Amino acid sequence: MTKELICICCPMGCGLTVEMNGSEVVSVTGNTCKRGDDYARQELTAPMRTVTTTVRTADGVSIPVKTKEPVPKDRIFDCVKDIKAANVTLPVRVGDVIAANVAGTGIDAVAARSV
Amino acid sequence: MREFDLAVIGGGPAGMAAAVAAKKKGLDNIIIFERDNVLGGILNQCIHNGFGLHTFKEELTGPEYAERYADMVRELGIPVETGTMVLNISPDRVVTILSSGRGVEDIYARSVVLAMGCRERPRGALGIAGYRPQGIYTAGTAQHLINIDGIMPGKECVILGSGDIGLIMARRMTLEGAHVAAVFELMPYSGGLNRNIVQCLDDFGIPLKLSHTVIDIKGKEKLEGVVVAEVKDGKPIPGTEEYYPCDTLLLSCGLIPENELTRSCGIAIDPLKNGAVVDDRLQTSIPGVFACGNVLHVHDLVDHVSAEAAKAGESAAAFVRGGSAPEGRVIKLIPKNGVKYTVPNSFTAGSLDDEPHIRFRVTGIYKNAAVVIKCGEKELFRRKMRVMIPSEMQDLAVKKDVLAAADADLEIMTEGDIS
Repeated sequence: MTKELICICCPMGCGLTVEMNGSEVVSVTGNTCKRGDDYARQELTAPMRTVTTTVRTADGVSIPVKTKEPVPKDRIFDCVKDIKAANVTLPVRVGDVIAANVAGTGIDAVAARSV
Repeated sequence: MREFDLAVIGGGPAGMAAAVAAKKKGLDNIIIFERDNVLGGILNQCIHNGFGLHTFKEELTGPEYAERYADMVRELGIPVETGTMVLNISPDRVVTILSSGRGVEDIYARSVVLAMGCRERPRGALGIAGYRPQGIYTAGTAQHLINIDGIMPGKECVILGSGDIGLIMARRMTLEGAHVAAVFELMPYSGGLNRNIVQCLDDFGIPLKLSHTVIDIKGKEKLEGVVVAEVKDGKPIPGTEEYYPCDTLLLSCGLIPENELTRSCGIAIDPLKNGAVVDDRLQTSIPGVFACGNVLHVHDLVDHVSAEAAKAGESAAAFVRGGSAPEGRVIKLIPKNGVKYTVPNSFTAGSLDDEPHIRFRVTGIYKNAAVVIKCGEKELFRRKMRVMIPSEMQDLAVKKDVLAAADADLEIMTEGDIS
């Protein structure tokens, strides 16, 4: 079985052709770097995304937040919900943990801006 | 009158990178004028990730990328005047500024870097029939409302135009609990990057309908819905109309470099890119005035903006310190067949960088094509390109010798068929 993907690792957006044997990735072609190969294997077995959203502090300021690492794609909405529920008070430094182990993914959500 | 070696107009990614580069080249008396109250420009509201892969070798969000440059500006001790609007730049580089603290003031700058960025094409410029109800926003306005002000513009959303901001906002609206019915694109191809179609639309099951546009807007005070139709040769096809009830219509229909100051200064504008005509030092038609970033031509990647702006900053520093014009013939670079525009518009034979960059966009989708530079009939440069699409700016680094070999104006063109 062959699957066509577009790599999202960088703005090149390489078109990837992936040979599958059942749920196993046999080969990846069309990528211009190693990351495309990794992405295809990950995407077809356990797709991951970095989640970005905002949280409102008690002072009513909007703080941008991101998951420090990509989280499973099917947990995106759970992560957003968890981040939104976080209690944040100023000041905030970029990299401060806003929600530890967000939605039980093992990944921390951190502030993306110092306020 | 206050005097500066360099006045940078705009404190976004281009302005910050230009100022930092000029300072590192030894220019001391620099000022950045920014009309917002913070540095960072549009990056502050671009909370998604994907910035900085070239510049910092890691994937950052917009605010993080901005903060890194704002930190450099601060650490280098470059003065910034925020809340300051530049009203005019004269051809002899007297800059008129307005701020609540100082009122209207003229300052003199030995060099100027234009880094004002761009703005979104508004509804009024799109020619859509119908009422003008509340509920229609440019994608960037909605982005500001949600990400900076913490306000959701609506719950049921339709997006017109598949520019990157529109795609990003489709995901953002969805994450914030709204329903995005679809993204409609007039052209037969997307205006945004492939990766954004995958991770902003496909991930959330939002359809992208190419060759479609909004032909009517319903609702008098408040938006009630839009009528969408398929288009062929720019005209709606009768019988393909569909009604989408919605309370929010986001427009992501192109960005326009904000060149009011450039024009009123009398600087020559290249109509192909709606930005200043520049040479390889990014100097405009007025000596000592340089341009970079989205005010020069609209970029897809902030990394490219930073690199280009650093060049403008270095050129400004060289202009102030050396003062002398570069030597040698001026070689024009003329876009031909398949190339929409280029930056720069010309090179000066005597002062070429070791690897001058040529940035350009193509007019259609090219696969397994080539980009060729010719001088008359003579071919000076050829590179095979696996894929070139209009939504992705191309950045060619060309060996100095290639351009130095030119004895007349150069032409740059694509070779291969539009697919």
